[in-house]
Amino acid sequence: MLQSFKLAIKAILSNKVRSLLTMLGIIIGVAAVIILVSIVSGYMGQMVEQFEEMGVNKITINCRNMNTRHISDDDMYSFWDEHPEWLSGLSPSVSLSNAKIKSGSENLESTSITGVSEDYLDIQKYVIEEGRGLLYADMAGRSSVCVVGAYVANTFYGSSDKALDDTIKINGKPFTIVGVIETQDEDNFDEGGADDFIWIPYTVATKMTRNGFINNFVMTSTDVDHTDDITNALKTKLYDVFKNERLYNVMANSSIIKQLNESIGTLTAMLAGIAMISLLVAGIGVMNIMLVSVTERTREIGIRKALGARQGVIMQQFVIEAAVTSTIGGIIGIILGALATKSIGAMMEINANPTVWSVLLSFGVSVAIGLIFGYLPAKSAAKLNPIDALRVD
Amino acid sequence: MGQPLIEIKNEYKIYIMGTEQVYANDNINLTIDKGEFVAIVGKSGSGKSTLMNIIGALDKPTSGKYILNGRDTSTMTDDELADIRNQTIGFIFQQYNLLPKLTLLENVELPLLYAGIKNSERKRRALESLGRVGLKEKYAQYPNQLSGGQQQRVSIARALAGKPSLLLADEPTGALDSKTSNDVLNFLKQLHSEGNTIVMITHDNSIALEAKRVVRIHDGKIIFDGDTEEYASKFQISN
Repeated sequence: MLQSFKLAIKAILSNKVRSLLTMLGIIIGVAAVIILVSIVSGYMGQMVEQFEEMGVNKITINCRNMNTRHISDDDMYSFWDEHPEWLSGLSPSVSLSNAKIKSGSENLESTSITGVSEDYLDIQKYVIEEGRGLLYADMAGRSSVCVVGAYVANTFYGSSDKALDDTIKINGKPFTIVGVIETQDEDNFDEGGADDFIWIPYTVATKMTRNGFINNFVMTSTDVDHTDDITNALKTKLYDVFKNERLYNVMANSSIIKQLNESIGTLTAMLAGIAMISLLVAGIGVMNIMLVSVTERTREIGIRKALGARQGVIMQQFVIEAAVTSTIGGIIGIILGALATKSIGAMMEINANPTVWSVLLSFGVSVAIGLIFGYLPAKSAAKLNPIDALRVD
Repeated sequence: MGQPLIEIKNEYKIYIMGTEQVYANDNINLTIDKGEFVAIVGKSGSGKSTLMNIIGALDKPTSGKYILNGRDTSTMTDDELADIRNQTIGFIFQQYNLLPKLTLLENVELPLLYAGIKNSERKRRALESLGRVGLKEKYAQYPNQLSGGQQQRVSIARALAGKPSLLLADEPTGALDSKTSNDVLNFLKQLHSEGNTIVMITHDNSIALEAKRVVRIHDGKIIFDGDTEEYASKFQISN
């Protein structure tokens, strides 16, 4: 056995160019599997991460309220009362897109303004930097208070603590800034960015809308496992009100992530499958070279058989030679694939790491290719008649 | 003498060439005892090579029996024949048939390797065998670094390494000049005097005379089998 490995290495080294060309197919195939699988799963993993950052427990409800058929904040809060064990937070989300916002004499053109509940801070997983968040009392008392993003505080008031207790005018009405939220996105700390926003009590915001409807709600479940129950119950409730599935939409982050993960799985399997075809072609290349090698070494095989080598020994020698060739190719392919993954990942600015299973899979496949495609030539070598083999010059 | 080493009974080897049957070996009967030095002589196409292949267990007879060392080879499988070759026969080929990518030591080790002898013992016996042909110190060289005569000595060393019951030499001097031919023949004689059984295949009568017994083949049949002196006088060959 050990002897066969030595012989295999010798045979490979004695024909370096040919061995390298044979390996090249395997190298490219293996590297392709690793690069494709790793880059795709790295890229998709990043998308999943982004969704996860938004909260796996988050469920969003959008509806198109009409005068005859509509739901209110009371309806949603009573839903929570019906299933207290399911939910940990609920907030209407009332967007005031046409509001005029003024800080002193400056207009805030790009700032988004949303009416939310006291739970919204936790739902979004935001953290207060200065002051406080909105309170239930602010909802109930329809207080003219607001919480602002770090960009608003810094740009129009100088800093977070200077902004505190100052006022901002929304549609001419002054609101006291009671809290400032920590910076969310340092890279994009600009107009219209993630830090350019104002929250006011939703009860106040609802009054400022044209028809007083609340079209959007967000809630968080106590456990991801409740997601299906909650979405189903919500859909039933909303259908009872709207009688038309097109007038509302319930979307759970966890099920989006689940779908995303499923499509990542399918996509990577598909890509790996395509790359596998190149490995198959490489395997045929190995077989081709091994057949040539057997023909070239007919005399050697004859001598070995005359000296008493059994069929199994000859067979083993050639199978091992093929397997060693493809294994070396596989290892080089893994190294090149891993390096390429890292540099492509760096270029695409994604965190791409060669996945363990893609390395194991492609390594296993390359060894298997050697064994499978080495088998046929080895079999023909083992079956050679020593007399015929010795007669060859 | 007890049981003969080689016993060939009513052996035929028939090849089909198109629609014709060619009798390469036509009812061969031959017995060789242990310790004999036999030359099998014949022209090219006489069937002597076919007979050598049968004796060397490289081929099986179409019909008839070949009993080597008391074992009938005519029904053996490929692997069983390989074992027989490995354990009982030492081959000396015309073209030496050394493997060019192996060192002399590795070449001589081959039959021992296939016999499953472990590494250290294998090396010891291969070196000893190379010593017998006077090439011990060149063990790490490759065949193409040697002269033809030296290569043939390596192939004799390889044949001896497994301590076979039979040394089978196929035109052992065919590729050598007359001086080295003599060296090789003298060495074979010496091996014979040490008790080895030698069967030598040749087309050359003068070389056949070096043996103790001559078997002459013509058209697949044995036409002479007897002492060397008798052969020389009958066919009027002088040495």
